[in-house]
Amino acid sequence: MKRQVAGLILLLVLVAFLVLGMYLVHPFGYPDASEMDDYMIENSQEETGSNNVVAAVLFDYRGLDTLGEATILFTAVTGVLLLLRLSKRKENNS
Amino acid sequence: MLSKIVRTVANGFIPFIMIFGLYIIAHGHLTPGGGFQGGAVVVSGVVMLLVAFSSQELKKSIRERVLSIMESSGALIFIILAFIGIGTVFFYNLLVGTPIFGNVPAFGPNLGDIWTGGVIPLMNFAVGLKVIAGLSAVVLALALFSGGEEVEE
Amino acid sequence: MMEHVPLDFPFIAAALLMGVSLYIIIFKKNLIKLIMGVAMLAAGVNLFLVALGYRAGGGAPIYTGVIKETMVMPVPQALTLTSIVINVAVLALMLTLVIRIYRHTGSLDSEKSRKLKG
Repeated sequence: MKRQVAGLILLLVLVAFLVLGMYLVHPFGYPDASEMDDYMIENSQEETGSNNVVAAVLFDYRGLDTLGEATILFTAVTGVLLLLRLSKRKENNS
Repeated sequence: MLSKIVRTVANGFIPFIMIFGLYIIAHGHLTPGGGFQGGAVVVSGVVMLLVAFSSQELKKSIRERVLSIMESSGALIFIILAFIGIGTVFFYNLLVGTPIFGNVPAFGPNLGDIWTGGVIPLMNFAVGLKVIAGLSAVVLALALFSGGEEVEE
Repeated sequence: MMEHVPLDFPFIAAALLMGVSLYIIIFKKNLIKLIMGVAMLAAGVNLFLVALGYRAGGGAPIYTGVIKETMVMPVPQALTLTSIVINVAVLALMLTLVIRIYRHTGSLDSEKSRKLKG
């Protein structure tokens, strides 16, 4: 019973944060400050040489984030293959 | 293992799915797409093969050493390409202007030229290789663990 | 601060998704339902990120072919791509942990797997 009441109070506090966030964000379609994106749209064809601005942002202007994401993918695959091993007593062939 | 019609249709579809996935990876600097999206398309083709044939059949064709070598070499090529422009900054695009991949397109809308982009198409291939090997190894391990133990007992 | 009435539909949808998933995570006990709640939270956050970078009357930020005059902002789309891949990796790890818990204790209830013995 006490757990239900505590859970309900926590849920109300988090939903109040969500509703407050909807008042503080900018109107849909008219962002406030966009100098960085304007610079990237203007100069991405002569500096990186690619037509796709999103690929230029992912691999040239912000390449360190892609490096971190590749590391996370590698770690998750290693973790999954480590947890799913058949035990040695039950398998006949190795 | 499902019936013969399903197996024949899966065998007929798999080259088209793989070519579509490699097309998305290769044209990552001209059209929407890139390494991660094309890798996901190829892995969904592998999942279709896993459903049509059983996991024991697929274990004979795909070896574990090949998948491990593919994933490690993808990660190594990505890091080496990040280090070749170390003279200026860490991720510097060194191949713009050189005749390997380095035409510069004119400003504004144009039909795409595939020999543009500098170091970006090579990075797309490295990331696509990594995603294909990693996710198909995960899917194969999940299928073998859940279904393989009933055969042995 | 209260000049614009917050009735924009994409932000309401993202807040609704996040609210329902928070209710699922706090009050449900089945392990598979908890994983579904986490996946729904990830979907709500990705929708919010893409909806932040929209310009009215804009097109895709790609220069090949015929384009519109204004383009939307490209940086939130790149961040959303990274977020989707990270969510796939975390979800795969969670699912293998649930498989091992089921093999070890024999039930999918989160109340029965609280003791640290065995």
